[in-house]
Amino acid sequence: MLAINWFKYSAPSTFYGAAGKMIPWFAGASAILFIVGLYMGFFVAPTDVQQSEAYRIMFIHVPVSILSMIIYLIMAGYAALGLIFNTRLSAMMASALAPTGALFAFLSLWTGALWGKPMWGAWWVWDARLTSELILLFLYLGFIALHASIDDPRRGDRASALLAIIGSVNVPIIYFSVKWWNTLHQGATIKLSGTSMHVAMQQSLLTMFLACWLFAITMALLRVRSIILERERNNQWVMDLAEIKK
Amino acid sequence: MNWSEFFAMNGYGLYVWGSYGMAMLVFIIETAMVRHRRTLILQRLRQMRDTAENV
Repeated sequence: MLAINWFKYSAPSTFYGAAGKMIPWFAGASAILFIVGLYMGFFVAPTDVQQSEAYRIMFIHVPVSILSMIIYLIMAGYAALGLIFNTRLSAMMASALAPTGALFAFLSLWTGALWGKPMWGAWWVWDARLTSELILLFLYLGFIALHASIDDPRRGDRASALLAIIGSVNVPIIYFSVKWWNTLHQGATIKLSGTSMHVAMQQSLLTMFLACWLFAITMALLRVRSIILERERNNQWVMDLAEIKK
Repeated sequence: MNWSEFFAMNGYGLYVWGSYGMAMLVFIIETAMVRHRRTLILQRLRQMRDTAENV
């Protein structure tokens, strides 16, 4: 592992090819895990004593919600790397992750509303957990809009990187909101000390989480390949690609 | 358990399928969007190549 020259892969021209080779594996693994996870979530995991079948929303709600936060931190991390080391690929990765993160944040709110209605009697409440997740969606949209509004992509990288880094303060607020404030949203069921959840539910949740994660990686890699081509279009290596020559 | 019972989700069908249906729709739309973006840039690059060759 140590023999890999990571700087070589930070060149967009090298990463373009490497990402292309990785995509089918991530996509295939994601598809298989979705099938297994959905099967387990709907046919193996038992009915919940308190929430009956409604709890099955958890298997999509929890993965997209956790990932909406993780993707944001990774996006902000790439943005920071780009700002500090002035590496083009890092900024491109940040831009590639933003739409997927925004969609996951949207799905978190959507599935949360559909879970909240039967359990709490309300689609939406201005609760700390829900409100901070809504702000996360706005941060993603702000990042995308700010980047798009600046004509010079390198300047856009720097401006949107600052927004991403400052906005990352919201992630711990989302995570700890259920501890810090009295929220209608329930606290964490899975803790480091263990969980009270049925083992089949845990396995379904973990499988769906991995499926969603691999889906997000697949989307980011697909998108970054387009971004690389868009931004490196004046370089000869792009014109020498087989997909352009044919 | 029969299928109509399965889809009813004990009265929570709207909420459960509304969640999974939207997730599926979003995943399909996103896949279509990234593929479309690639098609567009490849078209543009081929045009750039053709223009350069004709100069």
